Amino acid sequence: MELILALSIGVLGGSGVWLLMRPRTFQLIIGLLLLSYAVNLFIFSMGRFPVGRPPILEPNTMGDPAVFADPLPQALVLTAIVIGFATTALFLVVMMASRGLTGGDHVDGRGPGQ
Amino acid sequence: MPDALFLSAAIGLPYLGALVAALLPRNRSSLEAWLAGGVALLTMGMVWLLWPSVSAGEVPRLDLPWAPELGLTFVLRMDGLASVFAAMIAGIGFLVVLYARYYMSPDDPIPRFFSFLLAFMGSMMGLVLSGNLIQLVFFWELTSLFSFLLIGYWQHSAAARDGARIALTVTAGGGLALLAGVLLLGHIVGSYDLDRVLSAGDLIREHPLYLPTLVLVLVGALTKSAQFPFHFWLPQAMAAPTPVSAYLHSATLVKAGIFLLARLWPVMAGTDAWFWILGSCGMVTLLLGAYVAIFQHDLKGLLAYSTISHLGLITLLLSLNSPLAMVAAIFHTMNHATFKASLFMAAGIIDHETGTRDIRRLSGLNKTMPFTARLALVAAAAMAGVPLLNGFISKEMFFTEALSASTDPTLLHTMLPIAALVASVLAVAYSLRFIHGAFFGPDVDTLPRTPHEPPQWMRVPVEVLVFGCMVVGILPAATIGPFLDVAVRSVLGAGTPEYSLAVWHGFNIPLMLSMLALALGVVLYRLLQRHFRTGVEGTPLLRGLDGRRIFDRAMVFLSWRFARTLERLLGTSRLQMQLRLMVCGTILAATLALLPYGLRLGGVTLTRVDPVVALIWLVGAGCAIGAAYQAKYHRLAALVLLGGTGLATCLTFVWFSAPDLAMTQLLVEVVTTVLLLLGLRWLPKRQEFTSTSAALLPRLRRARDFTIAIGSGAGLAAISYATMTRPSPEGISRHFLARAYTEGGGTNVVNVILVDFRGFDTLGEIAVLGVVALTVFALLRRFRPAPESIRAPEQQQGGEGDWLLIPGVLMKLLFPVICAVAVFLLLRGHDLPGGGFAAGLMMSIAILLQYMAFGTRWVEDHLRVRPLRWMGAGLVLAAGTGAAATALGRPFLTSYFAYAELGWLGKLPLASAVLFDLGVFGLVFGATVLMLIAIAHQSVRSPKPARPVLGAPVPAPAPALAGDL
Repeated sequence: MELILALSIGVLGGSGVWLLMRPRTFQLIIGLLLLSYAVNLFIFSMGRFPVGRPPILEPNTMGDPAVFADPLPQALVLTAIVIGFATTALFLVVMMASRGLTGGDHVDGRGPGQ
Repeated sequence: MPDALFLSAAIGLPYLGALVAALLPRNRSSLEAWLAGGVALLTMGMVWLLWPSVSAGEVPRLDLPWAPELGLTFVLRMDGLASVFAAMIAGIGFLVVLYARYYMSPDDPIPRFFSFLLAFMGSMMGLVLSGNLIQLVFFWELTSLFSFLLIGYWQHSAAARDGARIALTVTAGGGLALLAGVLLLGHIVGSYDLDRVLSAGDLIREHPLYLPTLVLVLVGALTKSAQFPFHFWLPQAMAAPTPVSAYLHSATLVKAGIFLLARLWPVMAGTDAWFWILGSCGMVTLLLGAYVAIFQHDLKGLLAYSTISHLGLITLLLSLNSPLAMVAAIFHTMNHATFKASLFMAAGIIDHETGTRDIRRLSGLNKTMPFTARLALVAAAAMAGVPLLNGFISKEMFFTEALSASTDPTLLHTMLPIAALVASVLAVAYSLRFIHGAFFGPDVDTLPRTPHEPPQWMRVPVEVLVFGCMVVGILPAATIGPFLDVAVRSVLGAGTPEYSLAVWHGFNIPLMLSMLALALGVVLYRLLQRHFRTGVEGTPLLRGLDGRRIFDRAMVFLSWRFARTLERLLGTSRLQMQLRLMVCGTILAATLALLPYGLRLGGVTLTRVDPVVALIWLVGAGCAIGAAYQAKYHRLAALVLLGGTGLATCLTFVWFSAPDLAMTQLLVEVVTTVLLLLGLRWLPKRQEFTSTSAALLPRLRRARDFTIAIGSGAGLAAISYATMTRPSPEGISRHFLARAYTEGGGTNVVNVILVDFRGFDTLGEIAVLGVVALTVFALLRRFRPAPESIRAPEQQQGGEGDWLLIPGVLMKLLFPVICAVAVFLLLRGHDLPGGGFAAGLMMSIAILLQYMAFGTRWVEDHLRVRPLRWMGAGLVLAAGTGAAATALGRPFLTSYFAYAELGWLGKLPLASAVLFDLGVFGLVFGATVLMLIAIAHQSVRSPKPARPVLGAPVPAPAPALAGDL
């Protein structure tokens, strides 16, 4: 199972990096999204992959790390997802603005045919 | 503690005066001059009040804590050396103020002039009174700054601006070297306190870091004192008003370097390195300055080079490592200050009354301004070393020292008497040129103004100084003797040698040399007459050696060509390249970090492969690759495939017990996809090329990028796998799990972490979200679409309602349901999966669905969400919840919890964290909806003629949706 997830992270990250180096703004956004999936999964993997551990405590008890799912990576990833959403929205608008200003969608602001 | 009071007043008064002068109204009578003169006199008075203690051998001292953590104390102390310099600074300062009162034109901003002058005086006082080396450097740099302002006082003149800039670059640059040197000194001694440094001479001289320290300190001193090869700034600084030149270049700024050398003489001198560096610089400066001075046609230029030459003389004396030479150096410093200040003032008077300073045009002023001529004559004679004037005595001392040092066998030593003689001959020649050229010769009537004597009070400062030259020259021991003695004793201490301040020492070699120099100087001046009459600019034999031009070239090279070349070679404005380098750098960094250890797998037993997860990721990875492949030509397809990967991620979260993550991921996925879909419309159409004969270069580029991508992907996979096969280290999770319920009052640990344990992080995060939403809104207010995407899309051209009819009805019906679910998610968040983030996103999806079903115009007509208010309220609520804890005496964001029984509805957790979560909900909802509204609104804005060219004037934005918010 670890191998599958590690490979998936690799594929997502590799695809993301590939798109990152492409010249079109839309490719860049998709690349960043793919990369953020990979990174989120990587952070999530710090809690390892135990199956069947409850994430929610019983009332009036103290949780035991051996029994429950690790909450810390989850909290970190949750934060990362929300911030990732915000940056995606920002990139989108920058993409729209640069498209309007330069007339093209090249990352360096070069118009079509330049 | 009157001494402490006097000390602080000696520094404080000039600065205070500068502040007051700066605030005075412009040119209101001569109030500024009175103020400045009064301040200078008072400062002088402070020095005088301290004199009894200083002359008794005490060192008045004032310690103030400055940065105690760093072991730095602000120390003011006045020993003999400092008191003599302080007296020069304040005394000549007063005379310069008096002179400037009559010199400055009423058209100039006078308050600014006196303000700068006083601030400079305060910095000089701070420099000489510093008892701490760091503090000394601080004031050192302040003198550089204020001299910059003074030299560039006539801002309208390009020469003044250039001169000021060069002076600042050289002296402040030297100050940086000095700072480094002082830091090394402090490192060697273990303290920056001057007294402790001065008592650690042997330690410093024998330390391995002595040489670098020496070089750095000397660079500082030599730049300030305009020594070769840093001398070129001083002539350029002659563009300053003459009172400034008289002050800066006789008694203060350039003497700061001399002061520093004398200050550190007891601990740094006495080595060969000291002699060779200082001695060679001093000798070259002495000869070069004197030689160039003869050929200057500008009176002030002549004085500037003669100043350089005299400073070289003092430096040479200091380099000799002999206590007697030290006496001569301090003595000559005082003498030079008096005669050079008076000469500058005389040159200023000539300039003021005739309108020119060019020796070629001036002639015969002796008739029209006889009194000034007499004064200048005496001062110039002192400069030339004519007997019965102060310059003669110190020059005689110089000859004596040169002769006694020449017994050493090195070349530099044996050259000393010859150099001294040559320099003296040249000095006689340029002094003669100054006097003879300006005051004697035939009358001329081609001067810009008709010359006449200056106002009586403008002459007084010159008279005082010239009187000083004569008195000291005739009765040295009775007048200057005690002061010189105290100064010398403070430097040399017990090693003070016997010396004699007398005019007549009998017929000896120094006297012969003096006489010889006077005679030869007159001969030389006569011989050069023909050359002067030709009026050629520049110095014979040295035309190519123009320090200014070399400096300019160096500056152009450094600040322009070198920088541009570096930028061209190492920089790029192409984002693709930057990103590529960043990725490669990351890979490199990771590889380097791994190299020493290698990448080995951990020993954890792997979990069994679940076919469902395997299948999910088969699809997920396939989608990712597909998205990467399609993103260029088929954007919609790429977006759909991206969603597939997102879903795989989401399912993984579900599978491995992270319901909160799964929920948030799913909701974010929905909103992101819709926003991207809204953005797609504005992108240009792209046709896939059918031709397969792509050029070689792009294919190579793609191959390279592909390799990088494969490399980073493989690296990521390897590191992930290596991490996953190791046991998870015991982090702080135990702490969170154990306290989530007992102290946070919630069973959903993730939510408790977000709203309670790490509430402050969350507060920051939602603030970021709010900022992003506002940025999006602001960016889109000025959005101008490209011309080809202005046309309304097909869907908007046809009749509305034809699209999504059945789903539209469903979406409308779902609106209240989704809202209710959002509230449910919010309320249960503390104990079960949900919470403010998920609820806020859910709520905004309800709005988003309405947009999809009915179009932007319909929603804007029917739904009035006020996202800005939601955001504001959310942020205030979240921060307010935290602040409430502060009000109750707890740390910020401490939470309180209890449960409320709601009958059959169950128990409602009423932790204060729920209020915080409500704030999070408000902000997330507001921010998301604001972005949605802003982006969606673009498609219904009335089409404007697009301006695709960057930098073209943008018309005022159409009234967008500001009114709706």
